[in-house]
Amino acid sequence: MTITEKILAAHAGKKEVSVGELINAKLDIILANDITAPISITEFNKTGADHVFDKDKIALIPDHFAPQKDIKAAEQCKMLREFSREHDLSLYYEVGRMGVEHALLPEQGIVLPGDLVIGADSHTCTYGALGAFSTGVGSTDVASAMATGECWFKVPESMKFIYYGKLNKWVSGKDLILHTIGDIGVDGALYRAMEIEGETISTLPISGRLTMCNMAIEAGGKNGIIVPDDITEEYVKSRAKREYTFYTSDSDAEYVDVKEYDCSKITPTVACPHLPSNTKPAAELSSVTIDQVVVGSCTNGRIEDIREAAQVIRGNKVNPNSRLIVIPATQQIYLDAVKEGLAEIFVNAGAVFSTPTCGPCLGGHMGILAKGERAIATTNRNFVGRMGHPESEVYLSNPAVAAASAVKGRIATPEEVI
Amino acid sequence: MILKGKVWKFGVNIDTDAIIPARYLNTSDPEELAKHIMEDADKDFPSKVKPGDIIVADANFGCGSSREHAPIAIKAAGMQGVIAKSFARIFYRNSFNIGLPIFESEDASDKISEGDEIEIDADNGIIRNLTRGEEYRAKPIPPFMQELITAGGLIEWTKKRIKAS
Repeated sequence: MTITEKILAAHAGKKEVSVGELINAKLDIILANDITAPISITEFNKTGADHVFDKDKIALIPDHFAPQKDIKAAEQCKMLREFSREHDLSLYYEVGRMGVEHALLPEQGIVLPGDLVIGADSHTCTYGALGAFSTGVGSTDVASAMATGECWFKVPESMKFIYYGKLNKWVSGKDLILHTIGDIGVDGALYRAMEIEGETISTLPISGRLTMCNMAIEAGGKNGIIVPDDITEEYVKSRAKREYTFYTSDSDAEYVDVKEYDCSKITPTVACPHLPSNTKPAAELSSVTIDQVVVGSCTNGRIEDIREAAQVIRGNKVNPNSRLIVIPATQQIYLDAVKEGLAEIFVNAGAVFSTPTCGPCLGGHMGILAKGERAIATTNRNFVGRMGHPESEVYLSNPAVAAASAVKGRIATPEEVI
Repeated sequence: MILKGKVWKFGVNIDTDAIIPARYLNTSDPEELAKHIMEDADKDFPSKVKPGDIIVADANFGCGSSREHAPIAIKAAGMQGVIAKSFARIFYRNSFNIGLPIFESEDASDKISEGDEIEIDADNGIIRNLTRGEEYRAKPIPPFMQELITAGGLIEWTKKRIKAS
């Protein structure tokens, strides 16, 4: 069996499962945010359940339109707060303690290797980087799960992605996953598990692995997953407050397709409007002028990402025709960035250094684009209207390319400014 | 169940930001959401769409975010269902969970044109094009999804399970 099949089988109380089988499985963590939880709460109240299945396994995180951007958003955040109080939820994160959900939960050791996790947010697939099975669902799925602690799954086919060769300078997990989506398309892994491995992955830090699994959904994947190893152990051992399990894939596990990538041939990669699969080397896009740069999100808002952007920005200024918005994904990352002097580098360069929020990634707040404006962002989607006006444009990149573009006022590679 | 209505055609990879842009997600009120249905794919759509209409799209309909607001908005705009070559998985799941009828059919997606009158025989998976006198097959709905539909959606299904336990 694959790691995905083993985790699903273990949580369904079965010795084995097979592709296509429908199972009901027990969940370790369920999450929702200020956009999706209000529907979950309303639907939960219709189930007739008078209490949640486990007050320590439900994470409610106001991060999308929080800190509350307007009255309606405040009402939605209030629903999460009141429900959490009513049911005594231990994993409710108030503004000032919250972070972008998929950065926060791994950082706090809430999601762990071997877990089965669902979240009413499509980027819930992020935690596969730790060797968990995690996938995005809708609000009603979460409502039902909050009552029963279970969820139905169809066991997915697995697809294997093997990465080998040495990474080029300024190439990170973001470039590998953008390159992959560019190759297979936005439905190239539809309904499937994307199992990521290879010699390049075995030395890739957890931050890069989280970025790769985070964007599995951008290829239509049900989950992204990486078999845990020493790097995983090093990351989780000081964070975990409960036991966890390392699952591996058997040598005779079945895959519907295997893709191999020579990473020495991959250069910093940018996804052009309006699909994450519309990829080109950053070096070919130097004529594209940029109004706004965003560094942050569940994809690339971790401390390693902030450091990478700061390294490029240090000693430079944000271009007079551009604006740079840097959003550390959690309070801890924010604090680390301040302590390391990174916040100062950004502010001195003429950039915004913001409190954690999903904000501009989904066109919510904290940096919306006007008609005709163009952004480059370390986020995950560049659909029509994603960051604001339907006639604005979003390009996706890694933090170093985004920072270099802020300096030049056009899409640029880090070598051009360092 | 027989669904009969006029068709609006959409292309490939219609994402949930196009179905209901995130800027309107500071509410989950179905009526509010319906006012902005498909706005970023066709800004006049909210004023053109009529109750009973049906969407026919190409592959990967509903890709992107997990927002249940997308199928909710389609339903609240009075539309009866969606036919596509394929659906993104969370959208697929959400539609069954909330009771929005959806059908996978390559043939129907290729051959139906905007404005055609169609009739969907949901129980038998047959799509009839009344304008062109053609008939297409939809992929059968998996037994568990049938069970969800029969129960009246996931919440009703969950209610029964809670009562039984």
